[in-house]
Amino acid sequence: MIHKLSEKVINIKPSGIRKFFDLVAEKKDVISLGVGEPDFDTPWHIREEGIYAFEKGRTFYTSNSGLKDLRIEITKYLKRRYNLDYDAMSETLVTVGGSEAIDLAIRAIVNDGDEVIIPEPCYVSYKPCAILANAKPVVIDLKVENEFRLTADELLDATTDKTKILVLPFPNNPTGAIMEEKDLKEIAKVCIEKDIYVITDEIYAELTYKGKHHSIAEIPGMKERTVYINGFSKAYAMTGWRLGYACAPNEIIRQMTKIHQFAIMCAPTISQYAAIEALKNGDRDVEMMKESYNQRRLFLIESFKEIGLPCFEPFGAFYVFPCIKKYNMTSEEFAMKFLEEENVAVVPGSAFGDSGEGFLRISYAYSIENLKVAFEKLKRFVSKL
Amino acid sequence: MREKLLGLIERNCKIDVSDLAKMLGVTEANIVEELEKLEKEGIICGYLTLINWEKTSKEKVTGLIEVRVTPQRENGFDKIAERIYNYPEVKSVYLISGAYDLLVTLEEDTLKGIASFVSEKLSTIDEVISTATHFILKKYKDHGVVFDNNLKTERETVTL
Repeated sequence: MIHKLSEKVINIKPSGIRKFFDLVAEKKDVISLGVGEPDFDTPWHIREEGIYAFEKGRTFYTSNSGLKDLRIEITKYLKRRYNLDYDAMSETLVTVGGSEAIDLAIRAIVNDGDEVIIPEPCYVSYKPCAILANAKPVVIDLKVENEFRLTADELLDATTDKTKILVLPFPNNPTGAIMEEKDLKEIAKVCIEKDIYVITDEIYAELTYKGKHHSIAEIPGMKERTVYINGFSKAYAMTGWRLGYACAPNEIIRQMTKIHQFAIMCAPTISQYAAIEALKNGDRDVEMMKESYNQRRLFLIESFKEIGLPCFEPFGAFYVFPCIKKYNMTSEEFAMKFLEEENVAVVPGSAFGDSGEGFLRISYAYSIENLKVAFEKLKRFVSKL
Repeated sequence: MREKLLGLIERNCKIDVSDLAKMLGVTEANIVEELEKLEKEGIICGYLTLINWEKTSKEKVTGLIEVRVTPQRENGFDKIAERIYNYPEVKSVYLISGAYDLLVTLEEDTLKGIASFVSEKLSTIDEVISTATHFILKKYKDHGVVFDNNLKTERETVTL
C-alpha cells in the first residue's frame, strides 16, 4: 500500500550545490574550492576537553536548553565580543548547529501565510524552512553595486502587511558581504517602523576583516524583535561537533525550546563541554585562523585582479564571489566546464538564488598551496575563453 | 607587516615573494626590501630545511646534554657558551633556568662520537661542574612540524 508523500516536501527542490557535488564526487583528483568548511582541525585544547568529558563519563543528556555553564559562557562571550546583553537562563538555547536554530526560529514565529523576507544570494536553508513552516518566502535580489548589502529601500519595497520576519545573513555565505553599523541602523529603522522580527544569522561574525563586527541586536529597539543565531562551526572549526545557539527574548526562546525539546531533546553533551573550553580559552585560535583566512582572501582578490576577473572585495566569511558575466556563460556552464577541463570545483552562484547568476562562489577555507594551484588553472582556463 | 611576514616564512621559507605580497596586501618590492632589512638586522638568521633523517639510510645520533657550570665574573655564562657552541657538531646551546645551566644538543654519526665529545671536550672545560647526557630515541615533532603526519583526508562532501 503506497500513499503519496508530503507534497510540500516533494516540491522542495534539492539544493543546487548538492547536484553539483554529486558530479564532483564521480571525478578523481579534483581540487575542490567548493565546501564551506574550515580546513583547520578543531584546536587541540578543545578536542582534549571533549575527550576528558568522555573519560568522566559525561554521556548523559543535558537539560533541553543546554548546559547551564555553557549558556553562561555564551552570554559572557556575546557581551565581551559584541556588546550584547542576554540572560543565560531565560534568553538562550543551545542547538544542533546554527541551522537548527534557523529552523526553530522561523517555526516559532510564523503563522500560515506570513511572509519571510530572504535576501539572496544566501545560504540554502532559509527558503525551505519557511516553506515547511507554511510561510511564504519573499526574496530580495541583492545587488553587486551595493556589494551585496541589504539596503533600507530594498527592504521597504519588499515589505507588505503580511511581512513577519526578515532573515539577515551577514557576514554572508556565499558572497562574503558584510553589513556595517551604519547599514544595520538603516535596516533597524525599517524593522521597527514596520514592526517585523529579525532572524540574524551571524555564524561568520568572527570572520570579519574590516573593522569590528556589529550585530543588529545591539541597536536600541531591536533586541526585543531579534533572534540572534551563532555557533561554533566556523569560528572554532568545530563543524562536526554540531553545535550552535540562539538568543532571543524569553517569549520567543520559550516557543523555540518547545520545538527543540520534542524534535531534538538536547544538543550533544560532549560537544557542549568542549564548547565551554572554546569560549573560555579559544580567542587566540580564532585570531590565528582569521589571520590565515585573511591572507588567503587577499591572495585571491589580488589574483583575480591579475587575470581581470571582476570581484568586489568581500570583507567577511571565507568566500569570494567573482563575476563571470563577461564570458557569456551561465554560472553553471562555467563551473561545469571548469570542472571538466581543469578538474577544479567551484560552486555556481545560481545555487544561492537567482541573483547569484553570473557569479561563482569560491571558498578560501583551503590551504594557500591549493588555492595557488587552483588559481593557475583558472588563469589558464579563462585565457582560452 | 613585519611580524606577519616573519610568521609566514617561519612556517615556510620557500613561499614565493609574489605570494607573500598578495597575502599581505603589499608590493613585491616591499617584501624584498623588508626581507633584506630583516637579514641585515640579524632577525632572520638563516633558512633551513627540516629533515626527518630516520627515513634516510644515514645514521645519526642526537644527544641532549645538561651542563652545570660556574659562571665567570664579568662574562657570566656567555664565554663558556661560546667555547661550547664553536664546535660545529654542537647544534644548539641554550641558557636554562632551573637545575642546570646550559642545554647543549649535539649531533654525531655514532654514540661513541657523543660520548667522546662529552668526556674529552665538554667535561674538560674548567668551568664545567657536571654533565648529564640524554639520547634522543625518536623525534615526533620538531619546530612545530609533526613527523610522519598522515595527511589523508577523511572529509566527506556536504551541502552548505
